[in-house]
Amino acid sequence: MIKKILSSNLLIMLIFSAVVLSAPIWLAPFGASYPDLLQKFAIFGIFAVGYNILFGLTGYLSFGHATFLGIGSYTAVWSFKLLTMNIVPAIVLAMIVSGLFAIVIGYLSLRRSGIYFSILTLAFAQMAYSLAYSVLTPITNGETGLQVSQQDPRVLDAMAGIAVTDGIPSTNLFGALIKSQGGYYGFYVAAVLLIIAFYISLKIFRSPFGMKLRAIKSNQTRMKYTGFNTKPYLLTAFVISGMYAGLAGGLLASIDPLAGAERMQWTASGEVVLMTILGGVGTLIGPLLGATLIKYFENIFSALNDSELHSMFSFMPDSIQNFMVTVVSPFVGEGWHLTLGLVFMIVVIFLPGGIMQGLTHLFNFVKRLFGMGDSKTGIANTMNTSNHTSNKSPNNVKGEA
Amino acid sequence: MDAILIQILNGLDKGGAYALIALGLTLTFGTLGIVNFAHGALFMLGAFCAVLFNKILTFSVKVKDESITFFDAYKEQPYLEIWLGDTGTAIIDYAVPLSILFAIPVMLLVGVIMERGLIKHFYKREHADQILVTFGLAIVIQEIIRHFFGANPIPTPPPEIVSGSAPLGAMLGLNENLVYPWWRLIYLAFSLLIIGAVFAFLKFTTFGMVVRAGMADRETVELLGINVQKRFTVVFGIATVVAGLAGVMYAPILPPDYHMGMDFLVLSFVVVVVGGMGSLGGAVLAGFMLGLLQSFASMNEVKTILPGIDQIIIYLVAVIILLVRPRGLMGREGVFED
Repeated sequence: MIKKILSSNLLIMLIFSAVVLSAPIWLAPFGASYPDLLQKFAIFGIFAVGYNILFGLTGYLSFGHATFLGIGSYTAVWSFKLLTMNIVPAIVLAMIVSGLFAIVIGYLSLRRSGIYFSILTLAFAQMAYSLAYSVLTPITNGETGLQVSQQDPRVLDAMAGIAVTDGIPSTNLFGALIKSQGGYYGFYVAAVLLIIAFYISLKIFRSPFGMKLRAIKSNQTRMKYTGFNTKPYLLTAFVISGMYAGLAGGLLASIDPLAGAERMQWTASGEVVLMTILGGVGTLIGPLLGATLIKYFENIFSALNDSELHSMFSFMPDSIQNFMVTVVSPFVGEGWHLTLGLVFMIVVIFLPGGIMQGLTHLFNFVKRLFGMGDSKTGIANTMNTSNHTSNKSPNNVKGEA
Repeated sequence: MDAILIQILNGLDKGGAYALIALGLTLTFGTLGIVNFAHGALFMLGAFCAVLFNKILTFSVKVKDESITFFDAYKEQPYLEIWLGDTGTAIIDYAVPLSILFAIPVMLLVGVIMERGLIKHFYKREHADQILVTFGLAIVIQEIIRHFFGANPIPTPPPEIVSGSAPLGAMLGLNENLVYPWWRLIYLAFSLLIIGAVFAFLKFTTFGMVVRAGMADRETVELLGINVQKRFTVVFGIATVVAGLAGVMYAPILPPDYHMGMDFLVLSFVVVVVGGMGSLGGAVLAGFMLGLLQSFASMNEVKTILPGIDQIIIYLVAVIILLVRPRGLMGREGVFED
């Protein structure tokens, strides 16, 4: 009975919303509560949650999802230029256009599976990237990146009589500037969208549709033998995750109205794969956790330099301090990617289920330590380690499956 | 006519590099069944073998510059020049070709360590896991190189005697103005030589025969009491060396930087797929074919008709091949066809 209540959608969503919306408060002790970073958490969280619908549920490893992020950004900026600085049409258009591209690319790529699928998506992504840099310069503005300017037509704004008089126009949500409140307004817009996106993903995970996707992952051949046409389901999942990426791209552009081709590079696609795997592929909250952790440590680690390391280890004797700094310094600052690569390898080798699998192990371990009846301690413990209250849900989802 | 000849040479040259990298990739896949995303990083490591060897040779000491008499001037003089005189200077000049000798043992070691230490544990895992772990490894290798050599491309000149251009037109009795860089011609010859050596090794030695038998039917060969695994590990080492040598010789053409491997990796994967997963001949054929296609697509005449085609031609061909003939040009029937 208690388990049923704990795993109900409503409770999960309530806790999730509370955690996300209060993020500026509880992230403050970690030094991560400033709006720029919070916005990144939310946006890349959406990207990873969407990617997980494809990779986590169906097992199709796409290496080209950043394409849709880029397309979303470009669409949003064009909407700012031509229609209005209001972000609602920009985000809606970003999702529609990236969804359309996802239909075409997905239809072609999904005719193959396994590593061929990965390479097909990679090929499409590289094509999009090279074209954005070369021939499509009138649309993408090449290396400079697409920007808004005062002279843009903005048809809808002009009809409503809103004119920009000084400088570069700012994005707004029905008049309220996105960058107001020192950027927290932008975070809350992104956070609300994240909550909606998470809710949709939760519904998909727990629907017959999600079940079918998981069945495709576990054995597609058998699925086909039972008379099931798997293609439409795969394509739907691909398009949904493409639209999530488009939403993330549109949000990126809404917060900073700028779009460049480097967002579409295949290493950017690799990044979302890293996030998903690190957090826990196929779990609900894992990708979000992975996105947050990667963006957080990217921010912390890449900002560190030798002098800061010296002050960090200043409690040690000089010789040990110097030694520690020499050992640690290749892994921070510019070398942050080295740390990321190593952590990623370790996760793939030892913990294919990502952090969520680790937490499950820990949870079971604690449960055994205190005996079966005392499971509340176990839950509390897991909560503390992850700072995320709703991480119980994936286990339950697995149980249902 | 001249323009076409130049483009053919450009294409063959690029194709040589693609073919060498793709050969190693497809060899790894055909023997061990591993999809190695770190193969591009091995190519890059090879190029940095040349850089490192060059650095070792030019290890210098400050000496007094005798040519300037009216004040004390100092210049860097490599130890080799001090010890061996003119011979030392000549050795330094030939640093790139000589670093082949340096790169072979280094790359072999890297390959064997990589196979025994990491790849071995991924035979039974899904291809997606193999891709992911080797992708992580590629990032790690790349970042280590950046830590030691910095982010900027490092110019690595070829030997003085071949640093200019070959008067190709005069040699072939065509237009006098037709010239082509010597080193690129050497690269083409070198890649053909290496490809030939790998094929000869697989075709004419007992070791190669066992490897080919193992690729065709591993179980039966193992039932005959042959340790296939050990041989496949050696093959992985060979693939590493081939990628490394491709990188060593490419250093004078493209100054090595830490992410050159990633750029080549995507292309050579496409080459492998077009040629057919696990097919050696296919990889070589597709490598040269795609190199030629790419250089013809970058001719101005073609670009005016189809703008941007030079950027996407390779990927376009790959998409068409994958959709129409998924086993690739020369892939075996039934291998990876879905």
